[in-house]
Amino acid sequence: MCKAVQEKLGIPALTAMHPLNPGVELARKKVYIVEAGDSARDMKRTVPRMVALANKILEKVPIGTPQEEGYLPRGIRINVRTENRGSRRAVDMLLKKLRGEPFVTELPIPQFDRVVPAPAVSVLSKAVIALVTEGGIVPKGNPDRLEAHNASKYCRYFIGNLKDLTGEEYQTAHGGDDPVYANEDPDRVLPLDAARLLEEEGAFGKLYDHYYVTVGNVTAVSSAARYGHEIGNLLLKEGVQGVILTST
Amino acid sequence: MVKEIERVGLPAVQICTIIPIALTVGANRIVPGVAIPHPTGDPKVSLKEEIEVRRKLLGQALRALAASIDQQKVFK
Repeated sequence: MCKAVQEKLGIPALTAMHPLNPGVELARKKVYIVEAGDSARDMKRTVPRMVALANKILEKVPIGTPQEEGYLPRGIRINVRTENRGSRRAVDMLLKKLRGEPFVTELPIPQFDRVVPAPAVSVLSKAVIALVTEGGIVPKGNPDRLEAHNASKYCRYFIGNLKDLTGEEYQTAHGGDDPVYANEDPDRVLPLDAARLLEEEGAFGKLYDHYYVTVGNVTAVSSAARYGHEIGNLLLKEGVQGVILTST
Repeated sequence: MVKEIERVGLPAVQICTIIPIALTVGANRIVPGVAIPHPTGDPKVSLKEEIEVRRKLLGQALRALAASIDQQKVFK
């Protein structure tokens, strides 16, 4: 709602949420979200911070860091000048670490969870296998305008009648590496020709007649996770039993 | 992405070049690819040899899909 008020009415808005609230990911970049606890008891701590931040927004005073003001990090990078250059700060941080002294990282390393492996494909010779790629292979001309970096979507293309991808009909949209090789022969990223040979030989049952593609170049982890989740569900509904995903 | 596909219950294998990244992010089934700009290709060899490279990689990928695993594994 705050996002809508800001975008449609041009009125600054802020809110407070627990860090695990799903609304955080949806709104954090556009709306200041003060960090709240998991119960109303925490209001005593949260509301004064909201008031202080709201006053700063109204007075158009520069807003400090998330740690200073108590809002959830927005993932926005702002260049600032510091007293010491990066190399000095890195050495100082390392010395503290070696001495066992407390230190604060300037960039938190993201933690990735683990997924229990899905059950293996039981009868490969009968299995429907799908190809997916983060390497940006798209029909020539990139008709759906898949972005070269920070992809906002994934696309789905029919390959049911194809045995091979050629440079005349396909190209790469990926902007993160030298595109020459993929443009010459898109099978170098989406290996359709070899997949068809293995299908004919009975190495697996059938190649799913579409492939999914996105570009994994500077694409946010949260976006890629959403695409993977949606593609996985779509393929599962279509009776696909295994997925081979290529990435650059 | 491969981890999220696996999370819905579909075994998924990733062919990629920078294995440590795939391991860190949490892919369960990984097959080392050829190179970043051409994970399933090798421009230095003839087309016939390249197709053979792709067949071998896909063969490994299929073996990975058919393998029962309980933790991350790189299939070389």
